[in-house]
Amino acid sequence: MHKVYTNIIQIAGDVIIVEAEGVGYADIAEVATSRGTSLAQVISLDGKKVSLQVFAGSRGISTKDKVRFLNHPMQVASGDALLGRIFSASGLPLDKGPKLSENLIDTGGPSVNPVKRIIPDKMIRTGIPMIDVFNSLVESQKLPIFSIAGEPYNDLLARIAIQAEVDIIILGGMGLKYDDYLFFRDTLSEKGALSRSILFIHTAADPVVECLLVPDISLAIAENFALKGKRVLVLLTDMTNFCDALKEISITMEQVPSNRGYPGDLYSQLALRYEKAVDFEGAGSITILAATTMPGDDVTHPVPDNTGYITEGQFYLKGGVIEPFGSLSRLKQQVNGKTRLDHRTLMDTMIQLFANYRLTLEKQAMGFKMSPWDIKLLKYGGLFEKELMSLSVNIPLEKALDLGWRILADCFTPEETGIKRSVIEAYWPNGKD
Amino acid sequence: MNNIRTGYISRVNGNMVSANVEGAVVQNETAYILHKNERLKSEVIRVRGQLAQMQVYESTSGLGVGDKVEFTNELISVELGPGLLGQIFDGLQNPLPALAQKYGFFLKRGIYLEALSDKVKWDFTPLASLGDRVISGFRLGSVPEKIFKHYCMVPFNLKGVWEVVYIVPAGEYTVKEKIAQLKNEEGKICDVYLRQFWPIKIPIKAFAEKLKPSQALVTKMRLIDSLFPVARGGTYCIPGPFGAGKTVLQQLTSRHAQVDIVIIAACGERAGEVVETLKTFPNIVDPRTNKPLSDRTVIICNTSSMPVAARESSVYTAVTIAEYYRQMGLNVLLLADSTSRWAQAMREMSGRLEEIPGEEAFPAYLESRIASFYERAGLVRLHSGDLGSVTIGGTVSPAGGNFEEPVTQATLKVVGAFHGLSRERSDARKYPAIDPLISWSKYQSFIKEADRQLGHKVLIKSNNIMQMMKVIGEEGTSLQDYVDYLKGEFFDSVYLQQNAFDSVDEATSQERQEYIFGFIRGILEGNFDFKEKNQALQFFQKLKQLFKGWNSTEFNLEEFRKIEEELDILIEGNKKGSA
Repeated sequence: MHKVYTNIIQIAGDVIIVEAEGVGYADIAEVATSRGTSLAQVISLDGKKVSLQVFAGSRGISTKDKVRFLNHPMQVASGDALLGRIFSASGLPLDKGPKLSENLIDTGGPSVNPVKRIIPDKMIRTGIPMIDVFNSLVESQKLPIFSIAGEPYNDLLARIAIQAEVDIIILGGMGLKYDDYLFFRDTLSEKGALSRSILFIHTAADPVVECLLVPDISLAIAENFALKGKRVLVLLTDMTNFCDALKEISITMEQVPSNRGYPGDLYSQLALRYEKAVDFEGAGSITILAATTMPGDDVTHPVPDNTGYITEGQFYLKGGVIEPFGSLSRLKQQVNGKTRLDHRTLMDTMIQLFANYRLTLEKQAMGFKMSPWDIKLLKYGGLFEKELMSLSVNIPLEKALDLGWRILADCFTPEETGIKRSVIEAYWPNGKD
Repeated sequence: MNNIRTGYISRVNGNMVSANVEGAVVQNETAYILHKNERLKSEVIRVRGQLAQMQVYESTSGLGVGDKVEFTNELISVELGPGLLGQIFDGLQNPLPALAQKYGFFLKRGIYLEALSDKVKWDFTPLASLGDRVISGFRLGSVPEKIFKHYCMVPFNLKGVWEVVYIVPAGEYTVKEKIAQLKNEEGKICDVYLRQFWPIKIPIKAFAEKLKPSQALVTKMRLIDSLFPVARGGTYCIPGPFGAGKTVLQQLTSRHAQVDIVIIAACGERAGEVVETLKTFPNIVDPRTNKPLSDRTVIICNTSSMPVAARESSVYTAVTIAEYYRQMGLNVLLLADSTSRWAQAMREMSGRLEEIPGEEAFPAYLESRIASFYERAGLVRLHSGDLGSVTIGGTVSPAGGNFEEPVTQATLKVVGAFHGLSRERSDARKYPAIDPLISWSKYQSFIKEADRQLGHKVLIKSNNIMQMMKVIGEEGTSLQDYVDYLKGEFFDSVYLQQNAFDSVDEATSQERQEYIFGFIRGILEGNFDFKEKNQALQFFQKLKQLFKGWNSTEFNLEEFRKIEEELDILIEGNKKGSA
C-alpha cells in the first residue's frame, strides 16, 4: 500500500539519499536489502532528495534496493504486554516472546508544559548509604553516573534497579557489551525484578546508529506508563555511546562540528531526552539514571560537560565507590528534611569530617607528623570507607544513619563533631551497643 | 501591501525550512507553515532569490516538500499591555497556565493563545484631553495593575506629533477596546487600545535621552554591592561551570534586588528550576510591598526541551517587556539564565544555514548579537521627565567551565560588571561562589572607592601568602604575613560570604553594609599585638565566630549592639599598645 522507491542516488556513511515524493520529515522508512530489512529515518528533505539515516548501517545496501516509506514517525508498541520482555533497539524481540505491534505510540513526543510540573518531593530509597544518606535520589530526578570506563557502573545500575522502590524499570542499553547484557538479564531475573522490567538492548556488535533509537523508545514507553500512574525508573547505559552516534551522523551530514567533533546541538539533543524526567501532577513519574563514561576521566569533555548542565546533579563513580566529593544530588534538599530529624546534620558533619580526613591523608603522604586529631580522623576515614562507602553495603536509610552515629561515637567525643547539643542528646549512642 | 503571500516548502533540515515564495519576502517576517490542520509559526531568517529560509518555532517532524506556507508581513512581535505582571509565558509569549488549562500536560505544537486575556476589565483613568498634542510614548491614561500604575501610552511606532481627537471617559475597558483616537497633520487616524504590539528584535526608543548609569542597584548581596556593584540601567554577567550556583544566585537576586519589576528569562535551562520559581514566588511576600513576589514578576520560560528557535526569541521577548515597563518610569531588572543557551540556539541555526563558522562553530555575528542585546539595557529620561531603567544580568554557562570560550569573551567585552563563579569556591560551600580575585565592576559602589580598594588589596595579599604557605609551610611564614593571610580569610568568610539559609544574613541592606564595612576596615587596617601564630589564629577564630553571630542578628537592635561591644572589647584587647 505504501509506494516503494528504488532510486538510491547516494550512500555515504550510514546515510542514504533516495529520490521520493510526499515524504514527511522524521518519518520512518524500511530499507530492504539482500541482507535483510532495516528501519531508516528521514533526516533531511531537499526537493525530491530524501536523506535517510539507516539504523542497521549502510553496509551492503545496493543503489537498486527498495525503500518503503511508512508515513509516520518512529513508533513503538506499548502496554503491559511489554513487561518482562527484552527487545532490540528497533523493537524486535530478543527473547523468545512474540513480536508486539499493539497500542503503537509515537516516540519523541512534545515536551511537558512547565506549569504542569510539580516540585519533586518523594525520595527513592536504594539501600545504598552513599545515595540514601548523602545524595538522596528523588522521584523525577535525572542523574547521570559519571565514571571512567571499567568502573562498575552497570553493577550499580543493576543494584539500584533491583532495590529501588518503583513500579517499572526500563533499561536502555547502548553499545552494551554482550556479557553486560547477559549480566543485566540474569541479575534482574534472579532477583525477581524481570517481571516489572522492560529491556531495550543495543549491543556493541549492533550497528552504531541504531543506538540513537534507544533513549527515545525507552522514554516514550516510560511516559506512557507514567501517565497511567506508574512510577517508572529509566536506566540508560551508556549515554556517551549515544552522543558518539550523534557525532557520527552529523559528520556524515557534513554539519560543522562545534567541540571535539560533536554537533552544535548536542546540548539540545541531550536535554530533549533528559527533560522527559517528570513528576506528573495526579499521575506517575519518570526518573532517569544514566551512565555516562568520561573519556580520560575528563569532566570537561563535551559529553559529561553538556550532561552536567542538564541533569540535576551527578553521581561520580571512582575507584569502585561513589565519591562523596564531586557527587551531588541537587534535589536532596527536597526530601532529606523529612526523613529523620538528624539526617541533614549527620550528613553535613560526616562529610566535613571526611573532607578533613582527606586532608590528613595528604599530610600523611607528605610525611608530616600525625597529631592525635589526625589519628582520630584516620580511624574515622577508614571506618567510613569500609562501612558506608563500599558499594557492597546494603542497608536501609535508618540503619545507615544509626551506623553513622556509631562510627562518629567510635572515633570522636560529641564536642569534637561540632554537632548541636540538642541533636547529640537525642541521637548520640550511649555505649550500650 | 498587507496581503498574505504564499509559498511551498522545498527543503526541510531540522528546524530550518526553505520555501519557494510567490512575490516579495520580508526579512524576519512571520510565516505560518500549514501542515494537515496545524499552523506552525516560523520566522524568515534568510532570503535567496525566491527562496525564503525560515526557522520554525516548533518541531518540524512530519513536514514535507510541497506543504503550504503563509507569509504575514509582520515581524515576530509581543503584546504589551496590562496583565503581563505575574504571568508565565513561553519564548513566543504564549501564556503557559492558559495552555495547561486547555491542553493538559503537553505543549502541543501549533497552538498559540493571546498573551493578554480579553476577559479582564481594567479600570481606566484618562490623563490626556482632547486637543492634546502628543508623541510616541506619551501617557494617555492609566490603569492599576497589581501595585503599579500601568500607563497606556501612545503607540511606540508612531512618528511625529499627533493630536488627541477622541478619548474615552474613565471606566472599565478590556485590552481590545479602543480608548483613544489620534490624528496627525496629514490627517491620518490612529486608534489606540490598552494593548499594543512591538517587534521583539527592535529596541523601544520612545524616550528623550539615554543617561549614564550611576546609581547602584542594591542586590543585598554584600560581595556584589560592596566590591563588584551593579548599576541601575547597567549590565552584568555571571559565568560559571555547572553546579557553581548560577541559578541560586539569580533566584536570590530576583527576590532581594531593589527594583520595581523583575523579568526572569529561563532560557534553555532545566524545567525543574523554573518550576521552583513558579511555585514558590506566589507564596513569598515581598517585604517592601507586602504583596507576593509574583505580583512584580514576569517569567519567560523556554526550557531546554522546548523548541530551539523559540529559545532564541525568548530573551528578546523578555527584554521587550522590560523596556515596556521602563517606559512607565519603573526600574526593571532582567535576569537571563542562561545566555549561553541562547548563543547555542544561534549556533544551531547558523549551522543549518551552512554559514561559515567562527570559533567553536559559533556564527561570526555572535559578538554583535550579544552586544546589541546588552545594549538594550540602560537608564533613560522619558519625555515626561521621569527616569526609567532596564538592568540586564545574564548568566553564562561556558563549556568545561573555561572562561576563554567565545560566549563568555564576547559578553565580557560589553558588560559593566563581571561576577565570575569558581568551582573551588562552590566546592568549599562558599556562598556566593563569586571569585573576588577574578571579578570586576566598572560601576561605582556605595562603599568609598578607597575602602573598596583596601578590601580588594587585603584579599589579593592574603591569597598570595596562602599560595606561598602551601609550598613553604606555616613554619616558614613570617608572623606578619600570617596575620595578613588571616585578615583576608576573615574578610572573606564573614563579609563576602553570606548564609543563604539564614533569614537575616541572606540579605544585607545598604545601610548595614556601609556600617559593617566601616567596622571591618578597622580590623583590616589594625595593628595587632600577637606573640605567636597560634595566638593570632585563635583571635581570628574567635572574631569570626562572634561576627557570624552578629551577621544573623537584626540591624541596630539591642542584641546587635551587645555583640558589637563584645567585638570592640576583643579587638581593642589585642591591638598594639594595649595593656
